[in-house]
Amino acid sequence: MSRILTRRNFLIGSTLGISATALTGCDLLDQNAGIAEVLKSAERLTMKGQRLLQGRNALAREFAETDISPSFRVNGTSAPDSEEYAALSEAKFANWRLKVEGLVERPQELSLADLKTLPARTQITRHDCVEGWSAIGKWTGVPLANVLALSGLKSTARYLVFHCADELEKTLDGSGRYYESIDLVDAFHPQTMLAYQMNGQDLSVGHGAPLRLRVERQLGYKQAKYLMRIEAVDSFAGLWGGNGGYWEDRGYEWYAGI
Amino acid sequence: MTDTANNDNIHYPRTVYVQRHSVVTRVTHWLNVLCLSFLLLSGLQIFNAHPELYWGHYGADGDPAVLTMGSSGQGDGLRGFVRVAGVEVSTTGVLGVSSFEGERTPRAFPAWITIPSFQDLAAGRRWHFFFAWLFLINGLLYLGFSLLSGHFHRDIAPTRSQLSPQHLWQEVRDHARLRFPKGQEAKRYNALQKLTYLVVIVVLLPLMVLTGLTMSPGVDAALPALVDIFGGRQSARTIHFITASLLVLFVIVHIAMVVLSGTWNNIRSMITGRYAIQEEGPNT
Repeated sequence: MSRILTRRNFLIGSTLGISATALTGCDLLDQNAGIAEVLKSAERLTMKGQRLLQGRNALAREFAETDISPSFRVNGTSAPDSEEYAALSEAKFANWRLKVEGLVERPQELSLADLKTLPARTQITRHDCVEGWSAIGKWTGVPLANVLALSGLKSTARYLVFHCADELEKTLDGSGRYYESIDLVDAFHPQTMLAYQMNGQDLSVGHGAPLRLRVERQLGYKQAKYLMRIEAVDSFAGLWGGNGGYWEDRGYEWYAGI
Repeated sequence: MTDTANNDNIHYPRTVYVQRHSVVTRVTHWLNVLCLSFLLLSGLQIFNAHPELYWGHYGADGDPAVLTMGSSGQGDGLRGFVRVAGVEVSTTGVLGVSSFEGERTPRAFPAWITIPSFQDLAAGRRWHFFFAWLFLINGLLYLGFSLLSGHFHRDIAPTRSQLSPQHLWQEVRDHARLRFPKGQEAKRYNALQKLTYLVVIVVLLPLMVLTGLTMSPGVDAALPALVDIFGGRQSARTIHFITASLLVLFVIVHIAMVVLSGTWNNIRSMITGRYAIQEEGPNT
């Protein structure tokens, strides 16, 4: 009997003990690099699983005009805080040029007018923020594939990096500058576009004027605003924090399909 | 039974041990406890990033909300509230506003119940998705095993006689008086138990997975039917929250029942498999 009691006490005691320390323990575990790596392994599984289910070209749902959200929240930067951007905005982006460079065959410098002469696409899609909210908007722009057809890609190119005009965090080294990256599967997806219009109007400053990225099968933070430069790379390890994006450098998943 | 009934050396009532739970049930049960604990606490962290629920495809600040956890006022006047369908309840100290590192802070769920304790959506998501995968794999193993081994058919599916209205009513009355089955009857689950487990295993847990997946823009592109089934991403998020709340309710009742019907016997049967039954003897 005493043996059973001891074992019982041990089991109950250890269960309670583990539960009590679990919560504070998580904060410590969270800061442990090894544990963080184990937890992050789920991201690769998620990406592989989703890509397997999707195939290359499964489309995000497109909605009707009547489904458009009455208000679309401005998130992240509401206006880039630089003299350079202010000057561009002042001139209604007539002097703005989108640079396409890096591992491309023919580097480009495209004006807004140049982009608007390329075949366009309009889609009404749901924008899902990582925080949990959603808004539906109508986007008009150039499919990224059409721009990449102009520049061509070298065979070593694996990712496209989008450099933006906004600094979400003020830092001395510029590491607070917004940037994002996608792989070639998403780059050539039919709904992936460089949007210059939202809900039938030129993009407002709040929503990323003059040009923003739409990657419809991923979360809001991939939809980089205030595009200045697209760089084709074979790896984003050398850029800023090395994780392929502003939020990725701050702990968020590079593959934001979930 | 007849052999032993004739044996004069056996004194009744006596305790016999039966093998209650298979090793697969026991292992998957405790892995499920681990997964659901982490999923709940990291889920609350994720909820805190946008503590409002909506219905339909879209929903953000300014759109009509089904549920809001928020705060109003400033400094010492900071108060927390929960608003459901227009009815506002003051919840200062627990929901909406709670103390974090000694300071009154506006946050939906308090620090002592979220992983991590401090506000960190990225970390909450890492914990959540890791344990979501483990939960899914564990759940599929359990379902596969239970269907193939006959565990579902034998132990969880209620028998026809258990489902008769008289029998069910009798069980409700017995439960209300905290009278639990004894002897041979204790060897199997009672009907209320079976029905509850069925709802949890077949409805609530799969609903958690499916509504969770519907919140993923990547999955929505691959399986658009999910969005239709739940009436939109924001509806799925709301159902995810309600279903999680129902699971919390289930766990509370489940633990209460474990305690009321023999704490140690129940827990041991889920750890070692051995479950003690009091036999009344052949003459009673």
